[in-house]
Amino acid sequence: MSMNREGRPTHTGTGADINATRAALLPNEPLLFEIGDTHHSGVDLPEVEISSSRLGGFGRKSALDLAGLTEPEAMRHYVRLSRLNHSIDGGFYPLGSCTMKHNPRLNEKMARLPGFADIHPLQPVSTVQGALELMQELSHWLMTLTNTAAVALTPKAGAHGELLGMMAIKAAQEARGEGHRKVVLVPESAHGTNPATAAFLGYTVKAIPAREDGTVDVSAVKDALSPDVAAIMLTNPNTCGLFEPQVKEIAAAVHEAGAYFYCDGANFNAIMGVVRPGDLGIDAMHINLHKTFSTPHGGGGPGAGPVVLSEALAPFAPVPFVRKGEAGLELVEHTEGEALGRISAFHGQMGMYVRALTYMLSHGADGLAQAARDAVLNANYIKARLKGAFSLPFPDYPTMHEVLFDDAFLAGTGVTTLDFAKALIDEGFHPMTMYFPLVVHGAMLIEPTESESKQTLDQFCDVMLDLAEDAKGGNTARFTGAPLKAPRRRLDETRAARQPVLRWERKDPLPQAAE
Amino acid sequence: MRYLPHSEAERAEMLAVIGVDSIGALFSAVPDGALLKGPVDLPSHSPEFLVEARMRALAARNRAAGDGPFFVGAGAYRHHVPATVDHLIQRSEWLTAYTPYQPEISQGTLQMLFEFQTQVAKITGMEVANASLYDGSTGTAEAVLMARRLTRRNKIILSGGLHPHYRDVVKAYLKDDPDLVCLSASPEGQGDILDRIDEATAAIVVQTPDFYGHLRNVKTAADAAHAKGALLIVVVTEVVSLGLIEAPGALGADIVVAEGQSIGNALNFGGPYVGLMATKKEFIRQMPGRLCGETVDAKGERGFVLTLSTREQHIRREKATSNICTNSGLCALAFSIHMALLGEAGFTRLARLNHARACALADALEEVPGVELLNKTFFNEMTIRLTRPGAEVVEALARKGILAGVPVSRLVPDDPAVTNLVVLAATELTTHDDIAALAAGLKEVLA
Repeated sequence: MSMNREGRPTHTGTGADINATRAALLPNEPLLFEIGDTHHSGVDLPEVEISSSRLGGFGRKSALDLAGLTEPEAMRHYVRLSRLNHSIDGGFYPLGSCTMKHNPRLNEKMARLPGFADIHPLQPVSTVQGALELMQELSHWLMTLTNTAAVALTPKAGAHGELLGMMAIKAAQEARGEGHRKVVLVPESAHGTNPATAAFLGYTVKAIPAREDGTVDVSAVKDALSPDVAAIMLTNPNTCGLFEPQVKEIAAAVHEAGAYFYCDGANFNAIMGVVRPGDLGIDAMHINLHKTFSTPHGGGGPGAGPVVLSEALAPFAPVPFVRKGEAGLELVEHTEGEALGRISAFHGQMGMYVRALTYMLSHGADGLAQAARDAVLNANYIKARLKGAFSLPFPDYPTMHEVLFDDAFLAGTGVTTLDFAKALIDEGFHPMTMYFPLVVHGAMLIEPTESESKQTLDQFCDVMLDLAEDAKGGNTARFTGAPLKAPRRRLDETRAARQPVLRWERKDPLPQAAE
Repeated sequence: MRYLPHSEAERAEMLAVIGVDSIGALFSAVPDGALLKGPVDLPSHSPEFLVEARMRALAARNRAAGDGPFFVGAGAYRHHVPATVDHLIQRSEWLTAYTPYQPEISQGTLQMLFEFQTQVAKITGMEVANASLYDGSTGTAEAVLMARRLTRRNKIILSGGLHPHYRDVVKAYLKDDPDLVCLSASPEGQGDILDRIDEATAAIVVQTPDFYGHLRNVKTAADAAHAKGALLIVVVTEVVSLGLIEAPGALGADIVVAEGQSIGNALNFGGPYVGLMATKKEFIRQMPGRLCGETVDAKGERGFVLTLSTREQHIRREKATSNICTNSGLCALAFSIHMALLGEAGFTRLARLNHARACALADALEEVPGVELLNKTFFNEMTIRLTRPGAEVVEALARKGILAGVPVSRLVPDDPAVTNLVVLAATELTTHDDIAALAAGLKEVLA
């Protein structure tokens, strides 16, 4: 590869032109390593002499070969890249099961106050009393909204919360000499994380079939219960968008069999402030602060998954937790009694606690309940507008905050759920969740959230109806090969998996440092 | 309510389309008595300025690291984050996107993750890296489980220099597992791990710089592990050290786990942070977490997708490598932008600056009567033994406005050998005045 005087490649090696624009405002952006080099830097730092190094011979000898960018170059690279993403702020994002609601910027502003962002998890607790009070206040809100006895704040995501909740259940059973319970019941419609979590802890997973109407049958649960069963992991509202009508009977049956009720709280947005899961008999439930309480999804995390616990499980909460002491608030950092230890370093996702509490204080009890009701209203509105043209696998109940269609309406058209989703991209919408839950064929799970106006919902429904009409009318041009207007056409996922290329590799020798 | 778009008239219109009288009717599946009659017992909605006032009042009751001399480290480090990083990560297209499930409209996030994976692989000296994990501590537990899957052996040995929280997390993940061996704290950098490796050992876990600041010999550990067919997991809690210290991958590490907070991310009282995990190419199918890979689109143009998802829970369910369903996307973005701004030149200079400040700190501490420095080697962090319990001294210095470090007893309780120890870190933000203030304060408190 030829280099210019700064030692930078004159070609990118991919045939891509650095300044190429595919279309107005849609950049084709080379990799950082094709733009930058090892001499450029966007940070001014003094060069220092180290008279006697204390590295003891462990100093670096191997090459780093790390590309750098000056500040304007970095700004342009990341702004251009960002424009290749769909986002909530940019458009409707009805991804079922993910609760893509508006992320208020007040939350971001508060999280960046030096009193929250610039405090260390291990500085003396006397210097972080405000942080501990915030954790207590957040806990109070979560416990009140769920009517539960305790909360463990530390899990870093929903799946991490599931792990903690199931660990607590395991610890509670072992404490009463029932460690032999090795089976966890998981309905077929569950998120993949549920069986994965149970298996992670050494449990055998037993699937509970769904009823024809999309809900879990208490008699199927009763049939599956035995002295070997440790718990049921049930999502409520479930992943078909339905509130489990027999949830209280299921809880009673589970408890009677000496097992616990783990509730997957991924869909809490449908019922926050309207129904308290503690009143339904749950023993543990994680709450995704990044779904229900608007902390940003950030392109895939960081999340936060605090777990509320019933009185039975409260003694098994992990450390750390906050309690009142003589000299103010204390942080209990070491296992006392039956607590199950520590599931992450430090005290959890403080940055997310700040955002979530800011959101809760903004809404208040009344606003949270209204948000849940509007989320349910919006999903039912979409259902009402689309049900004539789309196929509803479970028409018996009103849907909650998300509505599930299957692909029966596409039978014989040659158009698949995937094609349909990709065609939506060309219309400017993020597709719904596809092919989940697994209990219906070609699932399309649509979750509008409360953040969307009637106008947006109408636009979306108009487009959906129009697409359905074209699919049924044999006008498949909108579907074949869609998307056509996105930054990329369909990507070859098989190739990515068969010949994994997981990092950029330098194809030419490292250029010599310019002296 | 400022976040809810509907007017009452619009709600009524929508209900008419649905064909019900009230939103309450949509909750008909909720069992009798479970539907609340009114709001729960919490305050009502509040204007933005009042929420802000409440949050500011809470923040004001915390002492920020920037408020005075600050030497607290032990797994989380105060570094300067360029303003560009925080501006960029707050762009809507980064902040309010989700997991790139639809790659055609997520190429920004996907290309960034590909670049991130490359950066992590390069600094650790490994062949491949994943798209990030929750943090370094949970990453360590995941690495231990990965090593078990790879070797089909069970015994895991944790070095006494491993961060005590990381050790505790591994212990919680492997609750009551008889094959987990946790060596006792080694504040002097002493090691006994190599003699403990046997043919049943899946992996040993060694941190460098270790919790007490000592640099550990990765090469010797790798050779000893490999001689018995075991794997070496190297943990790095201060990722800036990799600018100056030899990459674990170049010394034979099989899996490297790091806490990436130091680059691009604020202290945040402990989270969110970003876990880095890198390994050898031959091990990727047992690696947990998301992976981004390069491919082409239907027109043959380069593009990126999440790949090898047959390892993951949404496909494999109870047979997945892990239950992990997310990464730490925005923190990984912050890491990647900061690392791109640094580049090799900046990253190396930043590491040198950290080491220089730590050398100055060590020199000053050794001058204080009653202070004994335990480290012969260090990067930017070190352990001192005092003539009094470390917790008392740290508390006394906090009252003087100096945050002097972490008393080891806070993390390792009930071990008399560590009662008088304090771990201190210096970074590029540590000034000579800070060091002088600490030395003077220590002199007074210990006198």
